Amino acid sequence: MRAVALSLRHELIGLAGVVERNVYLTRRYIYWDVAFFVWTVANTLTIVFIAEGIEATGGQIDVERATTTLLIGAVVWAYLGIIFEFLTETVAWERWEGTIEYTFMAPLSRAMHLGGSGVFAVLYGLVRAILLFIVVAAFFGLAFDDANFIAALVVLVVASISFFGIGMMTAVLPLISPEKGAQLGFVAQGMLLVVSGVYYPVDVLPQWMQWLATISPATYALEGIRAAILEGDPLSSMWPQIWPLLVIGAASIPLGLAIFNRGEVYAKRHGKLKRSG
Amino acid sequence: MRELSPVPPDALAVEARDLRKEFVRKDRKRGKRRVPALADVSLTLERGECVAILGQNGSGKSTLVRLLSTLLLPDGGSATVFGYDVVRDGKAVRRLVNRVSVEASFFKKMSPSENLHYAARFYGMTPSETTERIPMILERVGFPSDRRGEPMENLSRGMQQKVALARALLTSPVLLLLDEPTTGLDPRSKLEVQDFIREMRAEHDSTILLCTHDLDEAESLAERVGILDAGRLLALEPAADLKARFAAETLEEAFFAATGRGFEDEQDELDAEERKALA
Ligand SMILES: Nc1ncnc2c1ncn2[C@@H]1O[C@H](COP(=O)(O)OP(=O)(O)O)[C@@H](O)[C@H]1O
Ligand SMILES: [Mg+2]
Repeated sequence: MRAVALSLRHELIGLAGVVERNVYLTRRYIYWDVAFFVWTVANTLTIVFIAEGIEATGGQIDVERATTTLLIGAVVWAYLGIIFEFLTETVAWERWEGTIEYTFMAPLSRAMHLGGSGVFAVLYGLVRAILLFIVVAAFFGLAFDDANFIAALVVLVVASISFFGIGMMTAVLPLISPEKGAQLGFVAQGMLLVVSGVYYPVDVLPQWMQWLATISPATYALEGIRAAILEGDPLSSMWPQIWPLLVIGAASIPLGLAIFNRGEVYAKRHGKLKRSG
Repeated sequence: MRELSPVPPDALAVEARDLRKEFVRKDRKRGKRRVPALADVSLTLERGECVAILGQNGSGKSTLVRLLSTLLLPDGGSATVFGYDVVRDGKAVRRLVNRVSVEASFFKKMSPSENLHYAARFYGMTPSETTERIPMILERVGFPSDRRGEPMENLSRGMQQKVALARALLTSPVLLLLDEPTTGLDPRSKLEVQDFIREMRAEHDSTILLCTHDLDEAESLAERVGILDAGRLLALEPAADLKARFAAETLEEAFFAATGRGFEDEQDELDAEERKALA
């Protein structure tokens, strides 16, 4: 009993240590984060301007509503990108710095190690996503008279559980392929969003993609956030989005962990962690 | 740590039996083939002992260290650390072991202090423990206190290696794996690190496996010296016995007699090249 409690305590300290390290690193590279944020804002603007562009070329749309719809899609895209990037970097960055072996030989379970990256990624991703939303919304002078931001935020946080689970599956890639693994994370991000109705309703997709949309957590996240911000729906009406997110979350975390553990065994068998020295 | 991985008083510090590790090597002439990096190595380390493994580049020293620290899974044989199997009880082993490798391996933009803080967290040490111990340990390894906050990348190799020693000691390992800890250091830093290892041995009961390239280092620090050549452990005994067995005046001559080649001529140029390309 005591040993279990002590072991759990060590694990939680380890998890906090991963968060702590990411805080140190973010502090050191803060100017790069600012530069990267500028890029994200520019990128988001290019998408959100599409609404005004359609009207200017004779299309008949509710510009404010279309602008908000696109903005939500772009913010979720950016958020997911940050989560996947951080988790993938759990391995990729440490390999680049050369510390990977020291981390993998520490008595910290992989669940807590990745969990620490996940917690930091969610916190950091939320800050970035909210800032992005505010900056671009202010740029277009969007009003959001009846938006329910709390409900939108809760949906995003719940969805993050699944994003974290899927992120672990992409984090294994640099373990298996030191050279190109990290870039493959982008493939997962793109595939997830294309089926989830990032800038359009899911109904416009071909049937097989719609089927994929039902198992993608991003679909429910986008639906819930749009309902909260565009219609002002309260959290109490979000259950149809929340329960699938919880189910997908409960399935994806153990699956993600199992995949990562298999990747780790593969890496240790074939000497992929590090070779020189 | 020892509370969670208790160390039985009568257990051997290390016991390896027919330990084997192969890697796939690709080359143009012969295509893909599996080459043993460690070929059926058996050895034991008593608790509190310091054993040096002497071998040239590519002889399998780091592979041995990685197998004992659970960073590689063996392809044959078995190994235990204080009775814990490196494959089955990996986590128990990880609590007892730490390592210093030839490359210091730190987050280069972070300071020594920051690097040590988060490394210790992975071993369950709280902020109050680390704030107290890190300055103490850095002082013990002779790291100047006014440079603790500087980014690692501003420090010399010798300084970085001291921080690496501090990282290993911070978690009070019962088995310390030193993988060429002084290779590439200037002569003064080298002596400092060696003195420190000696001092640590005098004060604590830590068991040390020292892989080295340096004959004098092996002879002066270790109770027994092993000769590892192309993945095979050719001998493991006190330096004096080694010299007597091969009727050699120096360890270098004994090495020559055991392996059939001089210590300084590199056997495997390709590997040395590969190593450079990878570094
Ligand atoms: N991860 C790896 N992948 C492929 N080959 C490896 C790997 N690690 C070591 N080797 C090969 O195994 C042999 C032994 O390497 P190593 O244990 O690093 O030797 P040493 O530390 O004595 O220089 C070398 O030929 C090396 O190229
Ligand atoms: Mg080596």
